[in-house]
Amino acid sequence: MAYSDKVLDHYKNPRNVGSLDKSSPDVGTGMVGAPECGDVMKLQVKVNPETGVIEDAKFKTFGCGSAIASSSLATEWLKGRTVDQALHIKNTDIVNELSLPPVKIHCSVLAEDAIKAAIGDYKNKRNAAKPEAVAVS
Amino acid sequence: MKLPIYMDNHATTPMDPRVFDVMKPYFTEVFGNAASRNHSFGWEAEEATEKARKQIADLIGATPKEIVFTSGATESNNLALKGISEMYAERGNHIITQVTEHKAVLDTCKRLEKEGVRVTYLPVKQDGLIDLDQLREAITDKTILISIMYANNEIGVVQPMQDIGKIAKEKGVLFHSDAVQAVGKIPVNVMADGIDLLSLTGHKLYGPKGCGALYVRRRNPRVQITAQMDGGGHERGMRSGTLNVPGIVGLGAACEIAKREMAEESKRLSFLRDKLKNKLMTELDEVYINGSMEHRLPHNLNISFAYVEGESLLMGINDIAVSSGSACTSATLEPSYVLKALGAGDDLAHSSIRFGIGRFNTEPEVDYVSNKVIDVVRKLRELSPLYEMAKEGVDLSKVVWAAH
Repeated sequence: MAYSDKVLDHYKNPRNVGSLDKSSPDVGTGMVGAPECGDVMKLQVKVNPETGVIEDAKFKTFGCGSAIASSSLATEWLKGRTVDQALHIKNTDIVNELSLPPVKIHCSVLAEDAIKAAIGDYKNKRNAAKPEAVAVS
Repeated sequence: MKLPIYMDNHATTPMDPRVFDVMKPYFTEVFGNAASRNHSFGWEAEEATEKARKQIADLIGATPKEIVFTSGATESNNLALKGISEMYAERGNHIITQVTEHKAVLDTCKRLEKEGVRVTYLPVKQDGLIDLDQLREAITDKTILISIMYANNEIGVVQPMQDIGKIAKEKGVLFHSDAVQAVGKIPVNVMADGIDLLSLTGHKLYGPKGCGALYVRRRNPRVQITAQMDGGGHERGMRSGTLNVPGIVGLGAACEIAKREMAEESKRLSFLRDKLKNKLMTELDEVYINGSMEHRLPHNLNISFAYVEGESLLMGINDIAVSSGSACTSATLEPSYVLKALGAGDDLAHSSIRFGIGRFNTEPEVDYVSNKVIDVVRKLRELSPLYEMAKEGVDLSKVVWAAH
């Protein structure tokens, strides 16, 4: 299969590879996929609690080149957006940007799911950190 | 060293230039129809095909009259299975095969099932070999054929042919083998192995594509098959169609070279294969070999690099031609059914690479390949959340995944 130049570029020079401290209250972690399906994405965002802006994003992906490229691109797009803006990133945006063929659309879906999971995790942490929740712990 | 490097010799082999040289005149100068009985053009063509028939028979311990030319192993397998089940329908309607056969056998069996034939698909053990006791138990008084491949195209595992041959003979059941990966690579002898029908093809042994053969035993027992192609009654009525003379000449030449050079070549290839294997296993952790190392073709290596997905690995080694059992590299988006049959888990199938070293691969190429694979696996593991989790001591089999 022929890959688009953008997929190849992200594969060769993946952006924002790595991990953030998942126990930090400012960090949201999303892990989607399953090894037996052939792809697992871990995507993390570090949010400024004052502004709600995503200051850093990191990923690690087990999967084909298109899955790696989709998650790499997602981290690029996340940085600088607010949490709510981030939720507007759609898998079709990723498909268009990377010119993914139909058989690779699931990679972009997975990336969108990873974004939602990471933001969701961050929001859960924020809610849990509110005074009443603190009292429980 | 020239790039890209071809190391996918189970898919097909490049044609040996010596084979091509022998074929050349049969495209233009010696163009006769081997079935033309009345002039020298026909006689010359026929002489050439008869020479090839002998070269092929010599390689597998058969006699020339037992060789039926076909378009390749897919046709040979179809002809064997359909031809036998039709011919012996009165004797029984049960065929035994195994789950790791090539699709040319499996899909033919599926077709036969629709027509009322009963098929038993034997499982394989973790090493890829069938269990001979299970084979014995599967045989009934309705069983007419056992079809077990000689060597597997993905994992290179060689089945215990002589034992299967003995069981078949004991029970009075015919024995067919798809031997495309074995013929010309390891000693194959239809007499010693007790094989009644055997499929082979030119392009897996440095010969031409589009030309293969089916061995059909003529004595002890005399095996008969119903033709699946109607027409001029060529090949003693078993396969009609004008003979592909240049292809047949090439197949014959390829068999002759293989017979002459097999011993030395297999030694050289197994040295290269072991060098590749040892280098990969020394430099990388969590690398798993798929299938038996002991009962294996000398030039095959099928290996899983845990926590790395196969297609992304192929992408990183794009100047090397190899195959993966990963779902992403298959048309069906399913991981290799052969690797799944070993029971190793889908994740290791997704992470597998098949190396098929061939006649024209060199030691510097093998060194280049091992270094490149090691580099890319390391790079991809840096990218892999699974590798990170495993290193943190997380038991991945206990994680509840958000499957999609």
